[in-house]
Amino acid sequence: MSRIENHVILGDLDQGKQVWITVDGKKYPAKEGEPILSALLANGIKVQNISVKKHEPRGYFCGIGRCTNCVMTVNGDPNVRTCITPVEDGMVVETQDGLGKWEEP
Amino acid sequence: MKKDIEILIIGAGPAGLSAAIEAAKYGADVLVVDENSKPGGQLFKQIHKFFGSRRHQAGVRGMDIGTQLLEDVKKLGVEVMLDTVAYGIYPNGEGVALAVKGETGYIVHPKKIIMATGASENPLAFPGWTLPGVVGAGAIQTMINVHRVPVGQKVLMIGSGNVGLIVTYQLLQSGANVVGIVEAAPKIGGYGVHSAKVRRAGVPIYTGHTVLEAIPNEDMSGIKGAIIAKVDERFQPIKGTEQFVEADCIGIAVGLTPDIGLPSMAGVTFTNIGRLGGTVPLHDRDLMTTEDGVYVAGDSAGVEEASSAIEEGKLAGIAAAEALGKIDKETAAEAKANVWNSLNQLRTGPFGAVRAECKEEIIRQMEEWKVKNHVD
Repeated sequence: MSRIENHVILGDLDQGKQVWITVDGKKYPAKEGEPILSALLANGIKVQNISVKKHEPRGYFCGIGRCTNCVMTVNGDPNVRTCITPVEDGMVVETQDGLGKWEEP
Repeated sequence: MKKDIEILIIGAGPAGLSAAIEAAKYGADVLVVDENSKPGGQLFKQIHKFFGSRRHQAGVRGMDIGTQLLEDVKKLGVEVMLDTVAYGIYPNGEGVALAVKGETGYIVHPKKIIMATGASENPLAFPGWTLPGVVGAGAIQTMINVHRVPVGQKVLMIGSGNVGLIVTYQLLQSGANVVGIVEAAPKIGGYGVHSAKVRRAGVPIYTGHTVLEAIPNEDMSGIKGAIIAKVDERFQPIKGTEQFVEADCIGIAVGLTPDIGLPSMAGVTFTNIGRLGGTVPLHDRDLMTTEDGVYVAGDSAGVEEASSAIEEGKLAGIAAAEALGKIDKETAAEAKANVWNSLNQLRTGPFGAVRAECKEEIIRQMEEWKVKNHVD
């Protein structure tokens, strides 16, 4: 886990409540309520999806919900903007391939 | 949920909140909506002290201005609906469609609408620009200052305007290294105080340079650096000057574009002003657009700074309250003149003066539009 613990202006990091999320089958710690994206970055995960046309890895660009470059499949729902979707305990996050698929019910 | 409101304000950033505060002070019934789960727009990632004079809260950090605005809004009892997307503006008084948490839908019928929807960061296209790790400078600010996660160990910044310079400094404050700032122009774009700070910290500023490409790592899950080169007076790369700069993140700070989706849906007339970010709505001195009762304020009315967004929000708030008959003409005129004074002060100096001219151009074109369309 890598976070900015001490900051000259912002002071010490508020640790918050630790929860667990599963990313591509592996468990990672996260902070409840933080965006999924920041939990991924804290755990060193940079790729959010594989592009539709060229099948290349893609990551976030704007970080505030505008560009949709950071979409992933979350709890079976494709195209979830991870930069503005808060982490919940037990969330299942998957690197999305292209446009993604809705999970069969 | 109340369906009839006097003023609907879309966007709870510096402009929207300031508009709400002014309008509510004069007794207007105001509803603020914002698609984000937290109010404040982009103020809370701005941990640096603002400029201007004391009346513009110079020396106060952006995040503290945000906290103050929220306190004022709360004191006045203004309702702020979060996670609420305004996605449809219908003609003939059929209202505005709101979606709350992506589930519940409402139609509200506001008498006046103030659109303070902000702006989006510009991307920059070069080979490798789509790789993970090539991100907006504002996104870096959000990650390091709001969410407190590192974006990389070695960051290369593209663009030496105020955003590029300030984010560079904030990266240093967060413990990251900035391996350089690349600027195509022969001179640094932003204020001297900001560039002096990053220069003192030893960050090289490559003026007259451009980024040629980002170099991916083995599995393309990120980058290992970038190739930069000198440019000639026509901004074309000069052969033989290429150099590799090691970096695991590239920040793109090449300006913003006003978010004009909603004004567009409302049918307002636009003009193109490059120095304000591109296509912007025409508006008069009250910040009212070519659609009666539809106002714009802040970056969506032309990209400037949070301080000017606050002043524009105030203007729109006062004007909308006046149009509703909440204030008499003299009081409104005095209040608006005060804000205009303040705005004009902000729009001085080598950077501000250009923005002042651009804003006057918008107002001039609006006057022309009024004459052509027989509007008083």
